[in-house]
Amino acid sequence: MTAATKVLDVAGVSKRFGSVEVLSDVSFQVDKSETVCVLGPSGSGKSTLLRCINWLEQPDAGQIYLNGSRVGINPGGAVMSDRDLSQIRTRIGMVFQHFALWPHLTVLQNLMEAPMQVQRRPKGEVRDEALALLAKVGLADKRDAFPARLSGGQKQRVGIARALAMRPDLLLFDEPTSALDPELVGEVLVVMRDLAREGMTMVIVTHEMGFAREAATRVLFLDRGRVVETAAPDKFFADPDTDRARQFLQRYAGEPAGGRR
Amino acid sequence: MIHDFGIVWSERGLLLSGLANTAILSAFSAIGALLLGAALAPALMARHRAVSWAARGFVDGMRCVPFLLFAYIVYYGFPSFGVRLDNWTTGLAALTLYNAAYMAEILRGAWIVQPREPLEAGVAFGFSGIGLFRRIILPPLLLAAGPVIGNQMIQIIKDSAFLTIIALPELTHAASSIQSRHYVPFAAFITAVFLYWGLCLIIEAGVNSIGRVAEARR
Repeated sequence: MTAATKVLDVAGVSKRFGSVEVLSDVSFQVDKSETVCVLGPSGSGKSTLLRCINWLEQPDAGQIYLNGSRVGINPGGAVMSDRDLSQIRTRIGMVFQHFALWPHLTVLQNLMEAPMQVQRRPKGEVRDEALALLAKVGLADKRDAFPARLSGGQKQRVGIARALAMRPDLLLFDEPTSALDPELVGEVLVVMRDLAREGMTMVIVTHEMGFAREAATRVLFLDRGRVVETAAPDKFFADPDTDRARQFLQRYAGEPAGGRR
Repeated sequence: MIHDFGIVWSERGLLLSGLANTAILSAFSAIGALLLGAALAPALMARHRAVSWAARGFVDGMRCVPFLLFAYIVYYGFPSFGVRLDNWTTGLAALTLYNAAYMAEILRGAWIVQPREPLEAGVAFGFSGIGLFRRIILPPLLLAAGPVIGNQMIQIIKDSAFLTIIALPELTHAASSIQSRHYVPFAAFITAVFLYWGLCLIIEAGVNSIGRVAEARR
């Protein structure tokens, strides 16, 4: 792939919290329309990696580029102002483990809030697009409901629609089904599968092995803050190169595909 | 006794203007205190030590001073620094500043128990600074703290009675004037009590309607 089609380039990112090195020298790239699933045991730094991409956490070392432009650091080398960082963040959608919907706004308002307030797009256009997105995730009838009145699966579908309403270049998912009851996981994965098929560029931290195997274009296996393995899902799940990946997969082996919370 | 209330009735103009002044004073102070409290709350939560300590100093200072003393200080103390205010401005400033400290503390209390993720989502979606606070952080705080804010507003109404000491013609001042003019203390003061009670009922009605708005979102 040429550099022009790289949506995300993570180069040598490290992050420590106190004495604990959470990420060490993590590098990977994501091409346009790729679905990269980040797998690994808990505490391996997966969430921190995602949060470094949009600078919710400031990496201690390394560079992050979105469509070729540096995230978080100005050309002069100084840390970006909140304003400049905001500009970049509007191009990176994020879906949170616990949904993180804004409780004081209705479903439709949740979708319209950032496009109108941050991106300053016209209300009519934002509204039409938001309604179309709600229809797409199957929640057109919930547009005037408040998040508190929705099931977990519905909340997460709103969370995905809210991220899409920003027209992002890249979508980040931080364990989007981990907080859901098992019977609600499926409805969220269906939406994510559709997005993958439509060519949305996504980085997904997940424990859903079935989903990763089926929908990922590439798997990134993280352990103790390092990228241990990166491979096509067929290869990774059938014949991983490292013992650590093999051990990790064995722990999931007894469970039905897509069935793990 | 009926005769005493008859005298109070004959002075109803004075009482009603006192009631109106108390209502105006309380309303403006409540709004001012809430706005100032909303500005102070992020300062209390600030990561900058100097900012949070300054805000903390103000808030704790205010909360440890009896309001009556504070009103005296503003009324008699400020002129010695060359700041001369009329009794209306003094009363309004004293009530507002004093209660802003409580409002800030109320909002901070609601803030620390809010889940972190919606705020984080705000940041991730490009909100920052004042926009983040105003659009994402503050509305849930106001909904969560509605009843406690209403309680503080009732406190403001009651504190406003102290301003009789700086000759502000509010309700207590009016009742006091009537009793000294006609010597009908019980009738004058009990009438004032009922009028205060009426004001508090209005606040409670407001709190209940905010409660319904919050309930739909909980």
